[in-house]
Amino acid sequence: MTALDEHETANPATPTPAPRRPSRRDRGIDPIPWWLIVIGAAVALYFILPTLIVIPLSFSSASAFQFPPQDFSLRWYENFFTDPIWLSSLGNSFLVATLAAIIATVVGTAAAVGLDRLTGRLAAFARTLLMISLVTPAIVVAVAVYIAFLQWHLTGSLFGYVIAHAALGVPFVLVSVTAALGGFDPKLLRASASLGASPLRSFITVTMPLISRGVLTGAIFAFVTSFDEVVIALFLRSPTFQTLPVQMYNSVTFELDPTISASSSLVVVAVTIIFLVPLLIGSRRTKKR
Amino acid sequence: MTTTTRPRRAPRPSWLLLIPALGLLAAVLLVPLGQSLLTSVGAPGFTLEHYAALFTDGVTLTVLGRTVATAAIVTAVAFLLGYPYAYLMTRVGPRLRGVLLVIVLIPFWTSVMARNYAWIVLLQRGGPVQSVFEFFGADDIAFQGSVVGVTVAMSQVLLPFMVLPLFSSLGGIDRRLLLAARGLGSSPLVAFWKIYWPLSRGGVVSGLILVFTLSLGFYVTPALLGSPQQSLIAQLLAQRTTQLLDFAGAGALGILVLVITLTLVAWANRFGGTISAIGAAAATDRKEQR
Repeated sequence: MTALDEHETANPATPTPAPRRPSRRDRGIDPIPWWLIVIGAAVALYFILPTLIVIPLSFSSASAFQFPPQDFSLRWYENFFTDPIWLSSLGNSFLVATLAAIIATVVGTAAAVGLDRLTGRLAAFARTLLMISLVTPAIVVAVAVYIAFLQWHLTGSLFGYVIAHAALGVPFVLVSVTAALGGFDPKLLRASASLGASPLRSFITVTMPLISRGVLTGAIFAFVTSFDEVVIALFLRSPTFQTLPVQMYNSVTFELDPTISASSSLVVVAVTIIFLVPLLIGSRRTKKR
Repeated sequence: MTTTTRPRRAPRPSWLLLIPALGLLAAVLLVPLGQSLLTSVGAPGFTLEHYAALFTDGVTLTVLGRTVATAAIVTAVAFLLGYPYAYLMTRVGPRLRGVLLVIVLIPFWTSVMARNYAWIVLLQRGGPVQSVFEFFGADDIAFQGSVVGVTVAMSQVLLPFMVLPLFSSLGGIDRRLLLAARGLGSSPLVAFWKIYWPLSRGGVVSGLILVFTLSLGFYVTPALLGSPQQSLIAQLLAQRTTQLLDFAGAGALGILVLVITLTLVAWANRFGGTISAIGAAAATDRKEQR
């Protein structure tokens, strides 16, 4: 525990005199070549370029896709927030992502706690099985899910979207909760059991507070995974129910509707804020100490 | 590990905790994929005609070859850009390394559709990228609606899967070995080739396999940035399912793609826990200062 805490306080935010290994003398013998810095900067630009241009694009007044924008306007935001199709897609996405994240978090946390206590080949197999959706091509899953859900009458339904997306979120919850359980001392559970607590009570009052960061991280990843998922969503869509990424897809394939620029920058900003939540909670916690 | 200190208890309650997750997985992945498999072999009978058709219909093999070629190009681009970047990450101070790592993770949290939209705008006919190339005299490169555009957009989003395994592998190499080689009179290039490169090979192999594998299954990017005449395997699969309603043929093709993918992933996994490494890298937002 204490080692973990020290690690947290040694955040880059607080300037601590950390052990500085690459001293100036080392650099003299072994300098970073200039061409490496140039390549690194170019690759970094390549990484961030699409994200960078999304926001200025959304303030353009041109009615065609155009960069750099000629004129400033808010018309695409106005469109986004007044068009019932965009608004209902946004609402559906929020609803699906929230429900999917809740299910993925509950189910994934239970599985992580269970797997943490199990050893052996069967448990390792179960863990791999639960992680497998990370590497299965989305299109293969989408096609299989589409055909199965057609028979089960789940295409175009909220329930169908939610369970499909919840399954995609489970691996993220599993990974982050497993990591959090790695720093958890099982003796605490024995202590609470010896004091008369039931396993469920021990879990709620002892385990849960200690792994809450991992659970929250997993829940956020599950939410964002669902919120951003487009391939399965394209197959499950119906005229009455579709999510925001599907509407964005429609707007570049069929309609060429620049409202996607406003939608893109809103999504990018929203996701960034969601990812910052655990960091903010973390820094507040370290400050309290 | 913590598990060894713990006495083995009756295993039943722990297995019970897995049931909801496995049930969800079964409903969304295992049962639908199992059904695809059954349909593809013509259940309730048994036939391999749908698989044989994949190899004889003249379309599937062409598209598969194009997909493999595209994946190979994407992988090569990601490697050529990712290796120097990962190397630079091991050389800079901890703070700049943190910044470089955040930059690597940006494509992960940029929405798929926002990113593809941005690439459409950047790469379209008369768009900024084409203007830059025209300025330098190369005025007949088509980016959107071609393999070039698909490659540019796919390499960008797959680069993290190259950089992260490479970074973890390069970070473990002791640079004093290089200095020793230099001290003994070898040129930088020889020192790199004889010492650094062999030590980095584990990360290289898992990065290459991972990027290649993931690029085989891309659907949205080629559909939006590629041309319909040059469709990739994912588009063919979608078309067979939703337009031709050829569920058996689509099932066979899907199972083929799945088997190729999982084989490659299992192979890559032997070079150092790729799935867990990527999962961990994607799920931990702060453990980077190592």
